[in-house]
Amino acid sequence: MATLKELAARAEEKGELLSGGHRACLGCGHPIVIRQALLAAKEPVIVGCVTGCLEVTTTIFPYTAWRVPFIHSAFENSAATVSGIEAAYRALKKQGKYDKELRFMAMGGDGGTYDIGFQSLSGAAERGHRMLYLCLDNEAYMNTGIQRSSATPKGAHTTTAPAGKVIPGKQQHRKDLTACMVAHRIPYVAQTIAGNWKDLTTKVEKALAADGPSFINVLSPCPTGWGYKPELTLEMGQLAVDTCFWPIYEVEDGKWKLNHQPTEKKPKKPLVEWLKSQRRFAHLFKATDSEELIAELQERVDQDWEELLAKCE
Amino acid sequence: MGKKFVAKTGNETMAEAMRQINPDVVAAYPITPATEIVQIFAQFVADGVVNTEFVATESEHSAMSACIGAAAAGARVMTSTSSQGLALMWEMLYIAAGLRLPIVMPEVNRTLSSPINIHCDHSDTMGARDVGWIQIFSENVQEAYDNLIQAVVIAEEAKLPIMVTTDGFIISHGMESMEMIPDKEVTDFIGEYKPAYSVLDVDNPFTVGAIDFTDYYFEHKRAQIEAMSEAKKIIPQVQQRFGERFGRKYAAIEEYRLSDAEVAILVLGSTAGTAKVVIDELREKGHPVGMLKLRVFRPFPFEEIVRALSSVKVLAVLDRSDGVAGIGGPVFSEVRSAMYELDIRPRIVNYVYGLGGRNIDLALIQSVFTDLEKIAKTGKAEKMVSYLGVRE
Ligand SMILES: Cc1ncc(C[n+]2csc(CCOP(=O)(O)OP(=O)(O)O)c2C)c(N)n1
Ligand code: SF4
Ligand SMILES: [Mg+2]
Repeated sequence: MATLKELAARAEEKGELLSGGHRACLGCGHPIVIRQALLAAKEPVIVGCVTGCLEVTTTIFPYTAWRVPFIHSAFENSAATVSGIEAAYRALKKQGKYDKELRFMAMGGDGGTYDIGFQSLSGAAERGHRMLYLCLDNEAYMNTGIQRSSATPKGAHTTTAPAGKVIPGKQQHRKDLTACMVAHRIPYVAQTIAGNWKDLTTKVEKALAADGPSFINVLSPCPTGWGYKPELTLEMGQLAVDTCFWPIYEVEDGKWKLNHQPTEKKPKKPLVEWLKSQRRFAHLFKATDSEELIAELQERVDQDWEELLAKCE
Repeated sequence: MGKKFVAKTGNETMAEAMRQINPDVVAAYPITPATEIVQIFAQFVADGVVNTEFVATESEHSAMSACIGAAAAGARVMTSTSSQGLALMWEMLYIAAGLRLPIVMPEVNRTLSSPINIHCDHSDTMGARDVGWIQIFSENVQEAYDNLIQAVVIAEEAKLPIMVTTDGFIISHGMESMEMIPDKEVTDFIGEYKPAYSVLDVDNPFTVGAIDFTDYYFEHKRAQIEAMSEAKKIIPQVQQRFGERFGRKYAAIEEYRLSDAEVAILVLGSTAGTAKVVIDELREKGHPVGMLKLRVFRPFPFEEIVRALSSVKVLAVLDRSDGVAGIGGPVFSEVRSAMYELDIRPRIVNYVYGLGGRNIDLALIQSVFTDLEKIAKTGKAEKMVSYLGVRE
C-alpha cells in the first residue's frame, strides 16, 4: 500500500482533487476523509454523494470544490445513483463506446447511509455493482442541525433526542452498520477514522481493488455537532479507537482483521475519556444519577470489543 | 412492401419497442399492470438480443435514481412503472427533469392507494403532472408504440425526460392488431444518442446536482421551463418526421368531428376510442357532436386547445382522476383556465369518471352528450362537476 512518499508524489501529480475554498466548518472531518480517499485511488474516480454537509459545503453553485466528476441527486440514493453510472459504464464499454478504466465512489453521511439510504445501499451491494461506498459517519444529521440518527450513540445529546430534565439524550444504542454490510458478503468491508491517513488510504486502495462492492465506514468527527475544539479532529478520531468506541478493522472476503489493538504499554482507555471530550455528552457529568448509564455505555463498548476480538481470531 | 400486422398487447408492444430502441441501461422495479414490460425486456437481455445493462433495483426510488446516474453518464436510459411505483419515484422525477436527462418511461396508468386497486385511472400520472416530464397519452396499442418510438427523439432533442402512458389493463393487457416498424428503421429514426454531458468525462470533470441558493435557483428553473416551451416546437417536428416516414400522423391534440360540432367532449387515453363510436352514432342521427383528444398533456398545448374549441357551445372535460381539491379533475381546471383566453367561450363542465378502473361504456358517454345538448338548449348547467358511473 502507498507510503507517505508515494501519496505525496501522487498529490503532486494529480493536484488537490477536493480544493480549498469549500464551506465546511473549521476542523470538519469530511474533507480530510475525502482528500485522502481521492488520493488513494490510482485510477480516475467518479463520485456520487448524497445530500448532507459534504455536498452542501462543496458544491455551492457556481463553484465546486470537486476536481473529479461529481454527482449529487438526493439524500437517500447515492448507492442507487452510482449503480446506474456503473451500469452505464459497463454498457458503453461493452459496446466499445468508452475505453477508460474507472473507479466509482458513492458516499453519504450516517443519515444518508444508516437511515434513509440504507435500502438503496443494501440493494446496490446485493446487485454487486463494483463501487466503493464511503459512509462519513459523524453520528448525527449535522447538515440539518444535529438531529439523531441510528448512528448516534446512546446518551448523546442531539436536537431531536435532546438531553432534558428527565431524558438524558438518545435512549437507544447505535446500529452496527458495518456488521450489516459484512452480512451482505461483499468482498471488502472496513471501519476507519478521519485521523489515521495510513489506515484510511490503505483501506480505500483495497476497497477500490476489490472486484465488486466495498464499504468503508469512516468515523468523521464533527466539531460543531460534537462540541470540541476544531483543532482536535484528528485526536478525536484516535481517541475513538483508543477507547475501543470505534475499533478499526477490515473484513476481506469474510475474514475479519483488527487493524489496531491496545497494548500493555498503551492499554485501552476508559470510555469516560471519550465522553468527557465532547459537549454532546456533557449532561452525563452534570447529572448525579448518570453513573449507571455511563457504566452501561462502557459495558456495551466492552461487549462489542470482545465480540469483535472473537471474530478477528 | 405490404404492411405487416401483428396481434400484441400494450405491454408486449412497449417491450418490443424497447427492444428496438435498445437502450444502454434499463433500471426498473415491477408493479402491476406494468410488470410485464420489464419482464419481457429482461428476457431480451437474457437472450442477448439487446446491448442493455438491466439493473433490477430494490425499489422504484432506486430505479429512477439509477436511471439518473446512468443518463448522467451519457447512456440512453429507459424504465417503466405504474401507480405506487411512480409515486415512490416522485422525488426523483423532479431531479431527472432538473438535471435535464432524457429518460424515457412507458408508464401504465393505474390508480393510487388507498383503497389499493390495480386498475386504470389517471391519478398516478396526473399527480406527476408538474414534475417537469413530458407526458404523452395513448389511445390504443398502435399509438402507444408510435408514441414511444417518437418519445426517444423528443426527449433527446428537448433534453427532458418523457413518459408515454397506456391505460392499465385496457391497453396494457388488451390485445390489438398493430403494425411494428422494422428494427432497422427504428434504429435509423432514433439515431445515435449524443448526450449533452457525461460524468464519465474524467478529462473535463464537472459537478452535476450542485446546490443553488437564492442567487441562481430561479434562473435555472426558468431555463427548465423554457425547455418545456421549446418541447412544444420539437414535438410536432418529430411527429411530422414520423408521419412522413411511417405514414401515421400525430399531433399534440386530435380533433374528431369537431370543426362543426356544437357540443364536444375532451378526453385522454383509451376512452377516446369508445367516444368515437358514440360520436359516429350520434352524428348519424344528426347530432352536432365532436371530440378533442388530448395526446400531449405536458407541455400543455393550450393554444391548440383554445383554437380547436373556440366555436364549441358546450364542452365537457372528462377526467379520469380527481384533484380532490373541490373543483373537479386536473384536466378540467387546466382546460377551463386556457379557455378563459376567449372573449366568447364555451360553457365548460366536468365529468370525473372511471376511477379505479370503473368501466366507461357507450351509454355513459352518450349520457354526457345528452346532458350537454340540454345545457346548450337551456343555457343552464345543473352542476359544474359530475361523477359519472358511480353509485351516489
Ligand atoms: C428525503 C429528504 N429528507 C430530508 C432531507 C433533509 N436533510 C438533508 S441533509 C440531512 C441530514 C444529513 O445528515 P447525514 O447524512 O448524517 O450527513 P451530515 O450532514 O451529518 O454529514 C437531512 C435530514 C432531505 N434532503 N431529503
Ligand atoms: S456541521 Fe460538522 S459535518 Fe457539517 S460541515 Fe460543520 S463540522 Fe462538518
Ligand atoms: Mg451525519
